[in-house]
Amino acid sequence: MSKPHAIIVGAGFTGTATAHDLALRGFDVTVIERGDICNGTSGRTHGLLHCGGRYAVKDQESAIECIDENIILRKIVPGVIEPNGGLFIALNESDLAYRDAFIAGCQACHIPLEELTPAQALRLEPNINPKLLTAFLVPDGTFDPLRLALSFAATAKKNGAKFRTYSEVKSLILDGQGGVVGVNVLERASNQTHELRGDILVNATGAWAGEIAEMAGASVPVKPSPGVMVAYDQRFVERAINRLNTPGDGDIVLPQRRMVVVGTTSFEIDDLDYVPVLEEHVKLMLERGAELIPGIRNARVRGKYMATRPLISSGSGRSAARTFKCYDHKETHNVDGLVTITGGKATTLRAMAEGTADVVCRKLGINAPCTTKDVLLLSYRQYYSLPN
Amino acid sequence: MSEKWNITLKVSRQKEGETPHFDEYKMEVDPDEYVLDAVERVWAFMDRTVCFRHACHHSTCGACGMRVNNVEKLTCITSIRDMCQDGGTLKVEPLRNFPVISDLAVDMGSLYNRLEAVGARSVLPVPEAEIEKPASTWDPADQQYIRLADCIECGLCISACPSAATSSGYLGPAVLAGAQANGLKRNPELLQLVDAEDGVWRCHSAFECSAVCPSLVDPARRIMNLRTQVFTERFSRLFHKA
Repeated sequence: MSKPHAIIVGAGFTGTATAHDLALRGFDVTVIERGDICNGTSGRTHGLLHCGGRYAVKDQESAIECIDENIILRKIVPGVIEPNGGLFIALNESDLAYRDAFIAGCQACHIPLEELTPAQALRLEPNINPKLLTAFLVPDGTFDPLRLALSFAATAKKNGAKFRTYSEVKSLILDGQGGVVGVNVLERASNQTHELRGDILVNATGAWAGEIAEMAGASVPVKPSPGVMVAYDQRFVERAINRLNTPGDGDIVLPQRRMVVVGTTSFEIDDLDYVPVLEEHVKLMLERGAELIPGIRNARVRGKYMATRPLISSGSGRSAARTFKCYDHKETHNVDGLVTITGGKATTLRAMAEGTADVVCRKLGINAPCTTKDVLLLSYRQYYSLPN
Repeated sequence: MSEKWNITLKVSRQKEGETPHFDEYKMEVDPDEYVLDAVERVWAFMDRTVCFRHACHHSTCGACGMRVNNVEKLTCITSIRDMCQDGGTLKVEPLRNFPVISDLAVDMGSLYNRLEAVGARSVLPVPEAEIEKPASTWDPADQQYIRLADCIECGLCISACPSAATSSGYLGPAVLAGAQANGLKRNPELLQLVDAEDGVWRCHSAFECSAVCPSLVDPARRIMNLRTQVFTERFSRLFHKA
């Protein structure tokens, strides 16, 4: 029997990780991406390898996913991670009032935690706000977004997956009974249109998931929610610095190479393909970032940018759950052959892929367990050197 | 209200089998936007066929390197104000010395292969990350931290290098810089690769690489240092023959 053919639309975090997972489970995999790898939300991710502390009070399902996946990613893809940990710091009474809930939440989610005195915290990170009241040391990290996705893509490629970049899905091929059997693709490098047929179509287009689902007459409750980030030209800290409080705007500062990046905001939009970087959000990042690290005021802005999160619309903005969901559209809209994965976070990309591949295998009656927890990924550079 | 400029974005276009030509797009921009924002807006609102590579939009991924008005730039952090004037023209072309995939997107496979060949480290201990911080100034406490290497593997140095234009086999600035950071003492097997016509000796010190590097790698200085390492390694081999 020939291998089942999975077509994945989107080569961001979920697309590349799902390609890796399905290739290991014996699928022929083709990934269709309208730009190059990670040109949408994934590439512009803040880059925080979450320990889960941010969600430990209000969204424990996400928090547990984060700490579990954080540990796995450190092991399988060390070449793209700055594994230096993180601090949650309290700067006022409101932050301090959050302390007990934070400790209880982290304990409930098995997130390792060490409380430091202000003096201890300042010894570790001399550039944080000296007026801090308390600090917690956590196993955060930072990662290089593009290289994280490329590492999954490289390993998928090694196992036979094909990547067709600069290829845009123009329409879906339907079987006449509402089922999806393939895609019509415009290859942008040659301006030629091709037909590609498969046994299952995985919609891994994140914030754009609704557009692909709509082509099959299905829908996805995804709420695109952009946020602005600002990069400054000095590496003030070695660790991720988080504000000890309910998640809000500009409450995380991350080191990355010789920079720090302050993020982020949360707003709603209509046009997904171009989201302007709002100047008032940039100003807010400076204000909020400088509360955590005062030196940011004297640093030079290196880049201002935004990314659009694919939130599942169970709530709005910050109150929406950050966990992920995989939809079998046979169950949601009686459309066979189509699965959508969306929501989630960069840190949980491997788990999102596992969940998606489980659904795909179940639909096709294939019994193949997930092995991605233990497979060391190839160097991201191999994506470019392996034949397609 | 932010300032508005009217500019002409002149984009190099080349599809499979075609010779390159320019397409012009008249646009209203905020001069403090980045060149990449203008290119992305062309794709979003004016011409869906334009191909270009981009990912992080803050100079950490190295995907968006292009030639802007004849100079290699990381377009996500290059403001329009720095490259032209109100009413002016912004010419964007693909990087040189790499095959064009389509329009502004190039195939940098050769660079990644060579970086792998010299084992260029993508993460390294913080004290070893910057060339201008010699070992004598390292803070021992920083030895425990790991960070992403400065080189974002964007290919600007290869595009700007006059020597790379004369020999497609030349390892090139980013690759030699990766070998230098690894050190021949620690990796003696690299000697053969870098002590060769297409290794450190192809460089003729134009220093274009360091001029265009957006990430302070200073490849030119690293190549000079690598030459010193080559001599030291050769010399020590003279006296330590097996």
